[in-house]
Amino acid sequence: MELPAANGTVTTGSRTTMATRPRRNSYPEGMRPVAVAGIGKTAFGAFPDRDLRSLAVEAGQKALENGHADASQVEAFYLGNFAGPSFVGQNHLAPYISAATGIHGVPATRFEAACASSGSAFFHAVSAVAAGLYDIVLVAGVEKMTSQPTPKVTEILAGAGDLCGEVRAGATFPALFAMIARRHMYQYGTTREQLASVAVKNHQNGAKNPLAHMRKVITMEQALAGKPIAEPLTVYDCSLISDGAAAVLIMPLDRARDFTGKPVRVLGIAQTSDNVALDEKDDITTLRAVKTSSEKAYKMAGVQAADIQFAEVHDCFTIAEILAIEDLGFVPKGQGGPYSLAGGTCLNGERPVNASGGLKSKGHPVGATGVGQICDVVEQIRGQAGDRQVKRNTLGLAQNLGGSGATSVITILGAA
Amino acid sequence: MTDLGAGTIYTETVVFSPPEAYVNDVPYQLAIVELAGGRRITGRIEGERGQIGDRVQFAEFRNNVPFFRKQS
Repeated sequence: MELPAANGTVTTGSRTTMATRPRRNSYPEGMRPVAVAGIGKTAFGAFPDRDLRSLAVEAGQKALENGHADASQVEAFYLGNFAGPSFVGQNHLAPYISAATGIHGVPATRFEAACASSGSAFFHAVSAVAAGLYDIVLVAGVEKMTSQPTPKVTEILAGAGDLCGEVRAGATFPALFAMIARRHMYQYGTTREQLASVAVKNHQNGAKNPLAHMRKVITMEQALAGKPIAEPLTVYDCSLISDGAAAVLIMPLDRARDFTGKPVRVLGIAQTSDNVALDEKDDITTLRAVKTSSEKAYKMAGVQAADIQFAEVHDCFTIAEILAIEDLGFVPKGQGGPYSLAGGTCLNGERPVNASGGLKSKGHPVGATGVGQICDVVEQIRGQAGDRQVKRNTLGLAQNLGGSGATSVITILGAA
Repeated sequence: MTDLGAGTIYTETVVFSPPEAYVNDVPYQLAIVELAGGRRITGRIEGERGQIGDRVQFAEFRNNVPFFRKQS
């Protein structure tokens, strides 16, 4: 099925390719276009007085309110959460949260895909709405991490790696990405300054985000002199351990128009996977699942990498943002570092990346991150991002990564 | 247990922020070592620190973790 070009043609972009080439959206046969009608986020940070459920409920209720919908209208609840049972001991999280949000008598299911848990929940929710199973669906993501000491958090997060190999040997997530960084530096000449430039830029953006965990500008000197976590990564190369939640209300595009004047359309979405263990990947400097999922999502949206105007990418570590912009096709392989240092991804750069502050500054409550990114892209497309607003805002992308690349979810969103 | 023989460091890091189980080991060097035949395995480098491309020799398994030493 080819959807009308009128719905998919971006006319405000400065790139002539998009102004002249109609977008050939290729939703599978019979699938309905899906839109985001409402978004809701909590602040990300360390909240000793808040429990996991209250964070998720706050985000869900904000998304319902933002989409002018009532909990009684919700036909299914999808939850992304990585490790609630380990971090806080609570299981059976989806009905636990949906009931407290006022959603009763419908499917409520938790999705776990490491740091891509809520990206995966979103992918499956969009698929179900597109297929016609439901009309009105709430998707939330939540994580409550700060009630545990750092070595315990490190150990729980390492559960997203291979416990029979790399983790038993002493790999942590910073260590896995440090080994990726070392190899990227070896193969492409990427430098410490280039890595640090990602952190400096994301803190600049995050300082403008009222919901960010660490609203603090940092200098290149500070970033380079940070406490070592896993060489060559310092504390400034690592995202934050945070509490937080995010939610989105989705529905078929035609119904979304009844709920909001500013529906944002899901133009393309894909989830793919790869080996969990880093030592099982042929080339660790490429996130293969990011390549395969972005190729699928671009095809579905009828766009190319060069058409994407801005993106929220999964900067769990500075090297991860460099890999992301390469594997999404924004820059050639090996050019992510120089492009970042030159300012290509800055708020006023050629293609703003992580205008929200990214996981680095905004915070990374892992199960909330994927849906949080969708909220941030939607805010940009609606023109509601305040001081963080990007100029070219009609076609954005969110990239949510699980583990050291075993799950990737790519979502392409556009003005409806 | 099998002798893994000699290999080459494919990538490495030195860990300063450990998981709970290894708080007493830091700092320690972790590496992915490429063995003869191309198979890769994640293990520890003990003794002198190694870099990408350095040749290492398997020493022993401790709790199923392979330990290597840099070849002199």
